[in-house]
Order: sequence, then C-alpha cells, then structure tokens
Amino acid sequence: MGRITLDQITKSFGEAQVIPPLDLTIEDGEFVVFVGPSGCGKSTLLRLIAGLEDVTSGEIRIDGKPATDLPPAKRGLAMVFQSYALYPHMSVRKNIAFPLKMAKLPQEEINRKVENAAQVLNLSPYIDKRPGQLSGGQRQRVAIGRAIVREPAAFLFDEPLSNLDAALRVNMRAEISELHQQLSTTMIYVTHDQVEAMTMADKIVVLQAGVIEQVGSPLDLYNHPRNLFVAGFIGSPKMNFITGPEAAKHGAHTIGIRPEHLRTSKESGEWTGRVGLGEHLGSDTFLRVETEFGEMTVRTIGDFDARHGDTVYLTPDPARIHRFDESGLSIR
Amino acid sequence: MATAHSRTAARAMISPAVIFLLLWMIVPLAMTLYFSFLRYNLLMPGMEEWTGFENYRYFLTDPAFSTALINTLLLVGGVLFITLVGGTLLALLLNQDFFGQGIVRVLAIAPFFVMPTVSALVFKNMFMNPVNGLFAFMAEAIGMQPIDWLAEIPLLSITLMVSWTWLPFATLILLTSLQSLDSEQMEASEMDGAGAISRFFYITVPHLARAGTVVVLIETIFLLSIFAEILVTTNGGPGNASTNLTYLVYAESLLRFDVGTGAAGGVVAIILANIVAIFLMRAIGKNLDA
Ligand SMILES: Nc1ncnc2c1ncn2[C@@H]1O[C@H](COP(=O)(O)OP(=O)(O)O)[C@@H](O)[C@H]1O
Ligand SMILES: [Mg+2]
Repeated sequence: MGRITLDQITKSFGEAQVIPPLDLTIEDGEFVVFVGPSGCGKSTLLRLIAGLEDVTSGEIRIDGKPATDLPPAKRGLAMVFQSYALYPHMSVRKNIAFPLKMAKLPQEEINRKVENAAQVLNLSPYIDKRPGQLSGGQRQRVAIGRAIVREPAAFLFDEPLSNLDAALRVNMRAEISELHQQLSTTMIYVTHDQVEAMTMADKIVVLQAGVIEQVGSPLDLYNHPRNLFVAGFIGSPKMNFITGPEAAKHGAHTIGIRPEHLRTSKESGEWTGRVGLGEHLGSDTFLRVETEFGEMTVRTIGDFDARHGDTVYLTPDPARIHRFDESGLSIR
Repeated sequence: MATAHSRTAARAMISPAVIFLLLWMIVPLAMTLYFSFLRYNLLMPGMEEWTGFENYRYFLTDPAFSTALINTLLLVGGVLFITLVGGTLLALLLNQDFFGQGIVRVLAIAPFFVMPTVSALVFKNMFMNPVNGLFAFMAEAIGMQPIDWLAEIPLLSITLMVSWTWLPFATLILLTSLQSLDSEQMEASEMDGAGAISRFFYITVPHLARAGTVVVLIETIFLLSIFAEILVTTNGGPGNASTNLTYLVYAESLLRFDVGTGAAGGVVAIILANIVAIFLMRAIGKNLDA
C-alpha cells in the first residue's frame, strides 16, 4: 500500500512561495523520480510529503486517508537522507534496529528483521561497526537498511547517491532499482541528475521553480517533451535548439533536434558546419559543430574521423524534429 | 617538519620556552616537597629540622583531613552535577529561536566574568543572609522559616554559589555542541518514530557526550582548588563543615603557621588530584576519541 495524493498543496517560507499550488498522484508501487535543477523545490516537496515541513495550504492523502496534519512518524513513510543521517554513536545493528525499537517490537523480532536486512544489503560483516568506520557506499546501505526494516508504505530518497563516486553511483542505482523490484513498494526519489531519473523511474516528474513542467514515463518525456524546458533538461547531451527562418520553415518558433538524431557526413547534407571540440569515446563520437544557426552537438555511433576545423554536413531526421511555439510549448 | 634538519631546528627554537616552563613548575614543586619533610613553623624561625614523614602522618591522621577530602569530592561532584544538568537544559532553551536571542546569550554567560570573591559576597549578604537576604524574604513571603544558609547548610550553599559561576561555562560549551548537531539526524529519528524524549536521550545526549566530557575535565581542574568562596563566606566553618583540601592547606600553613604540614598537605592534594584525573580519564576519556 502506498498511494500518495497531493491536492493543491503550496509551501511558502515567509514571503517566498517555493511551491505554487500543485497536484500530483503517486500510484501504489510506482517508482517516481522528482527531477529538476538545484533549488527548484524538489527537497521541499519531498519533505512536505514526509511531514518534516508543514504545508502552507492544500491536502496530502496517503492511501486515501488525510495525512496533512499527521506527524512524520505516523505517516508510515521512511526516508533516506542525502547525508545518510546515521546515528554516529550507534553500531550498524543499532542504527537499523532503531525504528523497530521505537515501535516497541519484541527483541527477538527486532533481531530477526535486522539480521534479514543486513543479509539482503550485504551488511553482515560490518554489523557491529560504527557508521564512522564504513565507506560511503556501506553507509548508504545502512541508511537503506534502516528504511526497509520498517516496511513503510513508501520510501523517500533525497539525492541519495550524490555523495558517492561515479562507479559506486552506477552500482547503487542498480541496487535501488533491484530493491524496488523485490519489495514493489512505492518509492519517491529526488535527484537533479536526469540520467538517474531516466534509468530508474517508472514515472518522472520534472520540476522547475516549484512548478510541475511534465509528468510521464522516461521515454514519453524523451520522445514528447511538453515544452522547451523539459526538452532541454531530459536527454544527454542536451537537445540543440534553432530559432529564426530555419524554424519558420517547419512552421515553428523554435525547433529542437537531439544530437543522436542528426546524421553526420563528410560529403553532403542539409546543413554545413565546422568541427570544434571533438570527444572520441570509441563507442560514440560527440562533436561540437559550428553552423550557421549556432553551435550544435552531434552524436555518431562508433568512431567518426573528424578533426578540429574540418567541414561536416548535418542532416536532421525529419521525424525527430521537435517543434515549439512562441510560448515554448510543444506543437503536436 | 619533514626533514631531520627542520626537526632539529624546531626543537632548538622551542627549547627555551620548554625549559622555562619546566623550571617554572619544577622549582615550586621541589620546594614544596622539601618543606614537607621539614619541621618548619613560622612562629619558631631558625628551628627548621628534618622530620621525615612526620608532617604527612600528622596531616593524614588529622580528623579534619577526611572531612576535607569528603567535602572536596562533594563540592566537585555537586557543582558538576548542577552545571551539567542545568547547562544542558539552558543550552536546549538558548538553542531555540526567540526574539532577543543574542542579548539573552550574552547575559547568560555574564556570571562567568564575576570574580569569585564578589559573587560569594553578593550571595552571602544579599541572598543567603537570614535576616536581610532575598531567600529569607522569599521564605517568609510563603510563610516558611528562613534558613541561615551559611550556618545550617554551608557546603550546599557554597556548592550553589560555585555552580552559579560555572553554569554559564557549561551552558556555552554544550550550546556550541548542540548547534553542531546535524538536523537531518534529528529528522531521521523523528521519521523513525522517536518522540521528543527518546530523541533527547538517544540522539542529543550521546551527541553532547564529548562536550560534556570537556566540561567535566575542565571544571574538575578548577573546582578541586575552590578557595575564594570559602574564605569570604564561611572560613571553612562552622567547625570543618565547609573546609575542603585547599582551605585545609591554607589553614595549616597560614593560620597555624605550620609551613611543613601545609606543604605535606599540598603534596597530598597533588596526589589526590592525579588520582581523580586518572579515574576521570578512565571513566569518560574515551568520549574524546574521534
Ligand atoms: N527552511 C527554508 N527556509 C527558507 N527557504 C528555504 C528553506 N528550505 C528551502 N528553501 C528555499 O526553497 C527553495 C527550494 O529548495 P529545495 O527544495 O531545497 O531545492 P532542491 O532540493 O530542488 O535543490 C530554494 O530556493 C531554497 O532557498
Ligand atoms: Mg535538495
């Protein structure tokens, strides 16, 4: 169980309204990712759901029951913090047992659940160590362990991987996805990294300045961004935008084309440009090409032999051109 | 200080200061030790003679000694208890956001700047005086018999005065520690279902342990040698009721003019202070490890 409904909720800190009225429904068992640039209100939204901040107005319902005025502990949600927020003076075992102890479960049941969680998360060898003696990834797993033993209605994650190095981040991403498969509990995950959002989410919520720009599955957002912001935010490298007469030819104010939807050739093509920076990764080649419409990024599969200053021709895939009107909304 | 050369240079540079400090400590200590083995009374100048451990025997078998020892420990323990508990509560209070926070924080540490003789005299004459004191007035106001604090409960009275001086110190150290408590930890425990009281005992108190240890160690050093408050209020009395070791040493050497026994008492006090220090480090020193 874990269906969360936000109904016209707002949040202001003093004068500043961080979240304008917002509606959102998170279905039971869904993996929802809130993504957006730093300072757009993702953490605030998550903390409103958790009950760590009071909403200024509006209503939160969890499984249909009003939860707006419930204290955090009564909402049946578990949270994994960016800093992990482990209790430094307690062993791993005591950290994981803490929520169960607070719930006054019998000791043998606590022991059983803690052992279980430690097993699942490969924490058994460290169970009697203090958090200070663990690596970043291990601390992360302890924080997750502390969350799962409570068997909450939903998990809340606030940028849980941002303190880890790149390789570990990829691993933990997989582990969290795996955990979601196993538990099939609702998860709400906050990140500013669109790659994390694309790889993990069932449903992505793109936020900007507290406003929901678009809600949809990763591929939905990739293929049909609702506006310029989402188009530019989702996808890596970023979509190329062209305005002016070239856009007008397609009956739009702005057109967008993703780097992977531009065909690059040395002989002929629709647009001409000169190669600037090139990144040759072997599997892919990314080129910055200076064209008459400004700098564009292109991606080709495999190696593409082009040096700085070479002339190349670009041809957009006509079916993959995104068109936007003056207000930045997508034209379907 | 990577190379052998720079290490040698560094040693040469600091050696004058180290030697000076060493002399500064060693000379008085050696003289105290020397006096403690002499029969040395200021009323009989020129009669000094070697007496071995006679001064120690005299000091340790004096019934005033065991009283003074117990009083010293009670005084230290009592002040530590009051300042730690009171300091924690005050720090929790001052850590809240309220109007005029800055002023209140400055006011709260003011007692620490009042010199002991002054604060003790203020307590003696304005608060604890059985006729004119504020406490007597308050007792009468609610229809109780006023207490003659310094005559009836002298040690407790002195404990209270000293606590008043040291409470701000404990509060300040504990407050800074409280401010460094990670708010996400608090929120995590809140989500884990811990109520305000559980949060205090499971999260706040362990976090304060290190600062509390610093408070205990530093206060103990100063509290073992409380003297001014006793001198200006009770003079160690009535009888020996408020005499601590420091005051006993003073009484031996300067009231009874027996420098030899006073010196022996001083050496005993040094040994006891070290026993207390070892005991404390055993008990709570591990809190200081990172
Ligand atoms: N406790 C607070 N008091 C005042 N402003 C806040 C507070 N918390 C967050 N904000 C403001 O709300 C906005 C959104 O913050 P946040 O939700 O932390 O962003 P994100 O997590 O998306 O980076 C920011 O502009 C931030 O300055
Ligand atoms: Mg954030």
